[in-house]
Amino acid sequence: MTKADTVIVVKDLVKKFGSFVANDHLNFEVKRGEIFGFLGANGAGKTTAIKILCGLQSPTSGDIKVAGFNVYTQTNKIKQHIGYMSQKFSLYEDLTVSENFRFYGGIYGLSNKLIRERTKTLLQRLDLEHAANKVLRDIPLGWKQKLAFSVAVMHNPEVVFLDEPTGGVDPITRRQFWELIYEEANRGTTIFVTTHYMDEAEYCQRVSIMVDGRIEALDSPKKLKETYQAASMNEVFIRLARAQKNTE
Amino acid sequence: MKGFIFKEFMHIFRDLRTMVILFGMPIAQVLLFGFAITNEINNADIAILDQAKDVASTEITNKLLSSGYFRLHEVIDDPNQIEASFEKGTIKEVVVFEPHFAEKLQNGEKTTIQLITDASDPNTANLINNYTAGIIRDYAMKSNPNAGRTLVNVETTMLYNPELKGVFMFVPGTITVLLMLVSAMMTSISIAREKELGTMEVLLVSPLKPSQIIIGKVLPYVVLSFINALLILVLAYTVFAMPIQGSLLLLLLQTILFIVMALSLGIFISTVSNTQQTAMLLSMFVLMLPTILLSGFIFPIENMPLPLQIFSNIMPSKWFIIIVKNIMLKGLGMGYVWKETLILIGMTALFILLSVKKFNIRLNK
Amino acid sequence: MRTILFILQKEFRQLFRDKTMLPIIFIIPVFQLVILSFTATFEIKHTRLVVVDQDRSAESRELISRFKGSAFYIVTAQAETYQQAAEFLKNGDADQLIVIPENFERNIINHTSTDLLLVTDAINGSAASLMSAYAMAIINNFNQYLIVEQMPSVTHTEPIGIESSYWYNPRLNYLTYMVPGILVLLVTIIAMFLSGMNVVKEKELGTIEQINVTPILKYQFIIGKLLPFWMVAMFELLFGLAIARFLFQVPFLGSLPLLLGVAAVYLLVVLGFGLFVSTVADTMQQSMFISWFLLVVFILMSGLFTPVESMPDWAQYLNKLNPVSYFIKINRMIMLKGSGFSDFSNLFYTLVVYAAAVLSLSVWRYKKVA
Repeated sequence: MTKADTVIVVKDLVKKFGSFVANDHLNFEVKRGEIFGFLGANGAGKTTAIKILCGLQSPTSGDIKVAGFNVYTQTNKIKQHIGYMSQKFSLYEDLTVSENFRFYGGIYGLSNKLIRERTKTLLQRLDLEHAANKVLRDIPLGWKQKLAFSVAVMHNPEVVFLDEPTGGVDPITRRQFWELIYEEANRGTTIFVTTHYMDEAEYCQRVSIMVDGRIEALDSPKKLKETYQAASMNEVFIRLARAQKNTE
Repeated sequence: MKGFIFKEFMHIFRDLRTMVILFGMPIAQVLLFGFAITNEINNADIAILDQAKDVASTEITNKLLSSGYFRLHEVIDDPNQIEASFEKGTIKEVVVFEPHFAEKLQNGEKTTIQLITDASDPNTANLINNYTAGIIRDYAMKSNPNAGRTLVNVETTMLYNPELKGVFMFVPGTITVLLMLVSAMMTSISIAREKELGTMEVLLVSPLKPSQIIIGKVLPYVVLSFINALLILVLAYTVFAMPIQGSLLLLLLQTILFIVMALSLGIFISTVSNTQQTAMLLSMFVLMLPTILLSGFIFPIENMPLPLQIFSNIMPSKWFIIIVKNIMLKGLGMGYVWKETLILIGMTALFILLSVKKFNIRLNK
Repeated sequence: MRTILFILQKEFRQLFRDKTMLPIIFIIPVFQLVILSFTATFEIKHTRLVVVDQDRSAESRELISRFKGSAFYIVTAQAETYQQAAEFLKNGDADQLIVIPENFERNIINHTSTDLLLVTDAINGSAASLMSAYAMAIINNFNQYLIVEQMPSVTHTEPIGIESSYWYNPRLNYLTYMVPGILVLLVTIIAMFLSGMNVVKEKELGTIEQINVTPILKYQFIIGKLLPFWMVAMFELLFGLAIARFLFQVPFLGSLPLLLGVAAVYLLVVLGFGLFVSTVADTMQQSMFISWFLLVVFILMSGLFTPVESMPDWAQYLNKLNPVSYFIKINRMIMLKGSGFSDFSNLFYTLVVYAAAVLSLSVWRYKKVA
């Protein structure tokens, strides 16, 4: 099987909860190895879209493929090929670092040997080998965040969904975290990331901005800044959000 | 402060499931105890092994079956069948008549009826045996009028509960268990929950004093517990005609005292445990079961081995049950419950002291 | 299958790492079994009696000495008046009082009958009826003695002898009866609460989100979650049985494998309930409440303390839905009577159907929710 160039294809994604439209005809594609920023104010419909892409919810209508699999019928295939890290830290606090790796590795069906190898390389990469046998509860939040990312990419997924991965982390750790993301993208993993920090949006190759369930803009940060004649992504975001308010 | 208490109230009341359980539980428990949980024997399944099949044995059999206590489950022909019958687990007793029963009776010879009971439940076996023997003696007495003469008659009075209703025994216990559950368990878990989810820190850095935080957390449960206690009393009074002989005001004041005691115990438990799960299991095993078993709720304390009788003294619920029984059923006043009241006050003070100590240690660390 | 092993490993690690959980799971139940078995008794060993003897004669002393001589009685005090005696009952220092009126002896000699007054604290109705029966037995005996002594002309015979035998527990040892039931109770509580809280815990801490995006199948997750508790509960049952057998000397007449087989199925029902509760609840607090509510109703109606046969018909029908009552009954049958499988096959098949129903219901619910 040759790997296609587009990893995520979304055509006319609609998701309704009763009469409320959370996702209103979303259209976008994400290419292999791309860092795709998925921006929007709280309540704009980001989380719903991510849940659909991860196979946790099914869309009302639309044609959506993730890693080549259909989100209606092949959710379990999708789950094999994606990684996920949520805004809420969700590794087991009462297990050690290596036990967490072992558990998630096991769930993704990695062999014992592979689990050991991957744990070793991933910890080396983070320079956290000394913490392998520490219980997660006892280590700093910045480390945990990096570990959660490593767990999410442990099984070499095609896409990793990062849902506000850097919430509550200091600027230095955030920088280091983005370095990790770049490294991973360079290995050919697609990164699909949501964030509140507009400076982080600058790091993405392409950015989509959602307002009230619709994608209002989708381009590279540079182009977006040109289009909206803004000095920073922050301004772009504010303009879009304000434009929306004015039309109301 | 007001807003904070309001938040705690909303927290609990908005949670419909918890509310349903909190109010459904006392109702269900009182109804169960009142209607379903009883030690009385009625319609116990028995088997008859009648080797005589004559007038006397038939008469006795009919007397047994018409008493309302027993129901004929099977007729056995062969003594070897008895064991198999018991093993099936349905019958509680086998009544065995020896051959030529009526004939021997007529001739004044010694006759014997054998009563075999399934004593794997000794209490029931004992009662069934007594009831059966009573009916047989009654028959014997009537067939021989001289034997029935007595010189001493007894006028029996069943004090405080003339109809021997089970509810009378269970209502004070049910109130106690529920107050314990709602007050001690709910508070300990809700505080442990704030700790576990990290929201306690937020409260601690707020301008509220720790004592205010605790009061805010605890007040809704005081109200809930109190409503619950009232609900049970009303139910007992209306459905089961259970009287409140003594002063209602005193009873309610004592209830509040017990609620405060239970809450301070709950707070103490929460200072000891860090997770909800621990708080819950601690309350479960350290509080609930002993509350049910060592408080005299179901099982009389006087019948327990001495070490347990002594141990039962540290159960707050034991004292509260005595208070409730004394006020509600015996109609006694403060003069009869001052000792128990003092013990409860002492316990409350102890728990508060311990929690404050524990709490300060944590803050200073 | 391998996936399930990984979940099992993780669950056991979490279980054994929690320092407070271990004693809760292993030591406290044992402690409880020991204590509860001694407390849970309806047996009335001693009735505390207050005597008001207004006659002070040889016959009245004879009657009192009969009470004193009875193993069931302790004469705690002698009072002058009824009011004084009643004070003992009010204070809870006595259970019963008896008033022997003046002219008691004279009436006996004159062959006229006298009325004694017997007052029993009846708040505990069933205890009261037993205490009253004990008193009546002593007084009846006294009556017979009087008739033989005072009226030798009346032929006194009791033509029908009653021979009582108490099978399976000839000494009417209450412990023997309670221990098998309490074993069931403890195993049930552990299984129900652990399973009821576990999935909720992952929900509350957010770890379930991470699990949900993995390719793990629902059934694997559920098996991985429930199996550890099943094993803990089975272990606890064995442990408890050993204590029952060797510490309490409770007889074990039936087959151990048979009992374990039934327990295995029974625990599935309980775990199914626990899982169902955890799908209904959002927080551990809720879960605990629902479990507690179910358990209280189940246990009270299970026949553990009071015989199921004494309940009204509607309650007995309702009880057909109560898994605890099935296992308590079977456990007592196997342990105390040595009943074989054919004796309770109906009950067992009901449990099997029950387990299947509850588990599928909760798995279905779980799929919908998580």
